[in-house]
Amino acid sequence: MSARREKLIFEHSRPGRGATAQWPGPNPDAAPSTVPAALRRRSAPLLPEVSELEAVRHFTRLSQLNFSIDTHFYPLGSCTMKYNPKACNQYAMLPEFLGRHPLAPDSQGQGFLTCMFELQEMLKEVTGMRAVSLNPMAGAHGEFAGVAMIRAYHRARGDLARNEIIVPEAAHGTNPATATMCGCVVREIPVDAEGDVDLVALAAAVGPNTAGIMLTNPSTLGVFERKIPEVARIVHEAGGLLYYDGANLNAILGKVRPGDMGFDVIHMNLHKTFSTPHGGGGPGAGAVGVSQRLQPFLPIPVVGRDGDGYRWLSEADMPQSIGRLSAFMGNAGVLLRAYIYMRMLGHEGMSRVGEFATLNANYVMARLRAAGFDLGYPTRRASHEFIVTLRRQAKELNVTAMDFAKRLLDFGFHAPTTYFPLLVPECLLIEPTETESRETLDAFIEAMITILAEANEDAQKLKGAPWTMPVRRLDDVRAAKQLDLAWKPPTATLSG
Amino acid sequence: MSQVPSDLKYAKSHEWVRALPDGTVEIGITDHAQHALGDLVFVEVPEAGRSLQAGDACAVVESVKAASDVYSPIAGTVLEANAALASAPELINQDCYGKGWLMRVQPADAGALAALLPAADYQTLLAAEGG
Repeated sequence: MSARREKLIFEHSRPGRGATAQWPGPNPDAAPSTVPAALRRRSAPLLPEVSELEAVRHFTRLSQLNFSIDTHFYPLGSCTMKYNPKACNQYAMLPEFLGRHPLAPDSQGQGFLTCMFELQEMLKEVTGMRAVSLNPMAGAHGEFAGVAMIRAYHRARGDLARNEIIVPEAAHGTNPATATMCGCVVREIPVDAEGDVDLVALAAAVGPNTAGIMLTNPSTLGVFERKIPEVARIVHEAGGLLYYDGANLNAILGKVRPGDMGFDVIHMNLHKTFSTPHGGGGPGAGAVGVSQRLQPFLPIPVVGRDGDGYRWLSEADMPQSIGRLSAFMGNAGVLLRAYIYMRMLGHEGMSRVGEFATLNANYVMARLRAAGFDLGYPTRRASHEFIVTLRRQAKELNVTAMDFAKRLLDFGFHAPTTYFPLLVPECLLIEPTETESRETLDAFIEAMITILAEANEDAQKLKGAPWTMPVRRLDDVRAAKQLDLAWKPPTATLSG
Repeated sequence: MSQVPSDLKYAKSHEWVRALPDGTVEIGITDHAQHALGDLVFVEVPEAGRSLQAGDACAVVESVKAASDVYSPIAGTVLEANAALASAPELINQDCYGKGWLMRVQPADAGALAALLPAADYQTLLAAEGG
């Protein structure tokens, strides 16, 4: 059965129809417009004319067409899309938090300041870093803060030549972009056949110009970097610093800490690991943690303890800070959600997140391997995510990773990440997360096995998928080339 | 099976080089590369006059799946880039060894082509990569 396509709201429109009960009416007190006559529009704007009930039904039906974590399993690799407990949202919405004015004196905001101080402390504890700033407003913003601090550190020492950032090819795509934004030159190094950093290439790449290395661990290949002590030694001995991309923090929570691995700076995507909104613009939160030598450069404000109370630390307290990255305290409401999540989990709960994220990934990986799927890194244990490669199926059966992804939609599962990382041809990057039950994982595995059988017997079922969605296979090329999304009425109905 | 014309030279990073009678060379991406990328939607080519080292990222090809750098197989100076690709990136998918050429280059060293892979070696490389 195919779901019905919902018409555009303009297609529901009929001239003269409206929701009069919702219209406030003309405002007799409105001041006359100061917009010069030449700049005022002469024709009426193209707006849909529908009744209140039609508008309600239209948008309700559209919302029902969504795949979302509240309705479907969502195994997107490298972009942890786990469930956010509703309580995080509920307690962050307490009127005392919502009503707080950002410019209120410290004495009247001790509740909020306490939460932010404790969040800083908990993030320090879980990452093993010396100090934390909650200021950056997204993961990319946190990356920017991290590399800006690395540059500020070298400059403060008069070490002006260090402008190269080393990025292994298994890193997140944002890493080279961040280094470039901060005025650095990117040097890419390869990984070996088992997914670890190529130490020979690393040793050859470091030198007097090395500012640092940006590393994601576990990497986007879904494996834990085993040579991390050697990587840290080589980079530190060359005078560079180690940057940890915290996108995959979910896998190691409560088990191993970037600070103990020798990292100097880490950004944490609170929206991936600590239960704050993700996707569709968040808003995000990209807290940064640093080692002792980078502490003076943290972005402000940071919350400090003063006797029994808490206060904002500013330029006067931290004269070497790289400065403000947001007007007030980052996305304050989002930070509260992360705080509540961590308080609900506690120390022991945090370890269980890491354990179940890893267990679930390894369970799905083992069953898919047994069912005949090829793994990207068959000799390695999965971290919180793993890679299936459909290279053999693409060659022998002419079905691609994209065909698998589209067919999964018919079984009620959001597709995993496709064609990333680029190192592995025809790949699916699968991350179940810790929040899924055994039954949900089994249902996903059964769907994958069914689709593999279809690929062997009747590949058209994959090539033509999705069959049950309101929108079928999209023309990706046309969508990328023709970005004109404005609706225009058929010319015949155009009037005045 | 990817096409690998025998009269061209190849780089490990999947570019081809054609020696022209006037001593200049034409450069593009291989059939294997265009197939792996999928339908191209955008191509950025270098400006004429730009000087390149071997291995320099000199062009960008973007498909519905990924954006990739193209690396110059040899050192030299860009004489001309394929202007048709701006409005028709699909030429690379349709005819990567012909109408989908990327740029014409004056090599810094006429002997540089000898260091590149002949067709048979490139084919061996593809087989090793499972292509």
